[in-house]
Amino acid sequence: MPIGDTVPLTAIRWDDILFVVLAAMLLGSALLVVTMRDIIRCGLAMIAAFASLAGIYVLLGNPLIAATQVLVYIGAISVLVLFAIMLTQTKNAPARLVFQTQAWAAALAAVVIAAVIAISVTATTWPSAGAVAWTDTTRVAELLFSDYLLPFEVVSVLLTAAVVGGVLLARRDPDENEEDRP
Amino acid sequence: MSGSLDSYLVLSGLLFAIGTFGFLGRRNAISMLMSIELMLNAVNLTVVAFGAFVKPLQTHAAVIALLVIAVAAAEATVGLAIVIAIYRNRKTPLVDEYDSMSE
Repeated sequence: MPIGDTVPLTAIRWDDILFVVLAAMLLGSALLVVTMRDIIRCGLAMIAAFASLAGIYVLLGNPLIAATQVLVYIGAISVLVLFAIMLTQTKNAPARLVFQTQAWAAALAAVVIAAVIAISVTATTWPSAGAVAWTDTTRVAELLFSDYLLPFEVVSVLLTAAVVGGVLLARRDPDENEEDRP
Repeated sequence: MSGSLDSYLVLSGLLFAIGTFGFLGRRNAISMLMSIELMLNAVNLTVVAFGAFVKPLQTHAAVIALLVIAVAAAEATVGLAIVIAIYRNRKTPLVDEYDSMSE
């Protein structure tokens, strides 16, 4: 049995409820990422932020980007960040001070950026902002391998260079002393 | 609410501002990299939102979002490798203790 567009007995649309819930999860977990003291918990909150953003991509009618978000961000980047956190944990962690001494200036800058974006977005009339249309994945694939073939190949070279560079940077020197190891 | 471009753009702006605060305010280098990831996600949300609401941009937006995700993955790899390499020399992940590059 299909469910209707709106919540039964009310005029609220399901999409609106989903958007509000996902947006609240996204902003809440993003705030936790930048404010929590324990950095491992920051990494876990970052996974929650990525997951709610994947939900928002589905709401925007783009399941391909949502799937990529889950695979790349939750599957790969979060694991990489968590590994890096565990490799750089100091003995006296978490540090006493989470923020720089000039964090108030950073907060001021963030508030100004948010206000400027919000005001300029709401003051602009966007052309043809109609209903959300579902993205055709076949056409995305065709476009990726025709008009965007050069960027695609450049990205593949970039990824190879990043893998080689990452290994080279994070590698231990072979002649490093044994007692220097953390 | 979910049917207007404005709400998605404001959401993305708020996420970008949170990322900016994290990047400028946190002491830990890995926290700063996580904040950069949040900002890249905010930009991607803007691209996908424009694609969903403006019909001629739709497939282009999806392709650009895919490319941004790939570049973000490369950036995270190299950034975290640099942090680990500095940590091995300095024994701290806190950026305000990296006051000189050589020593």
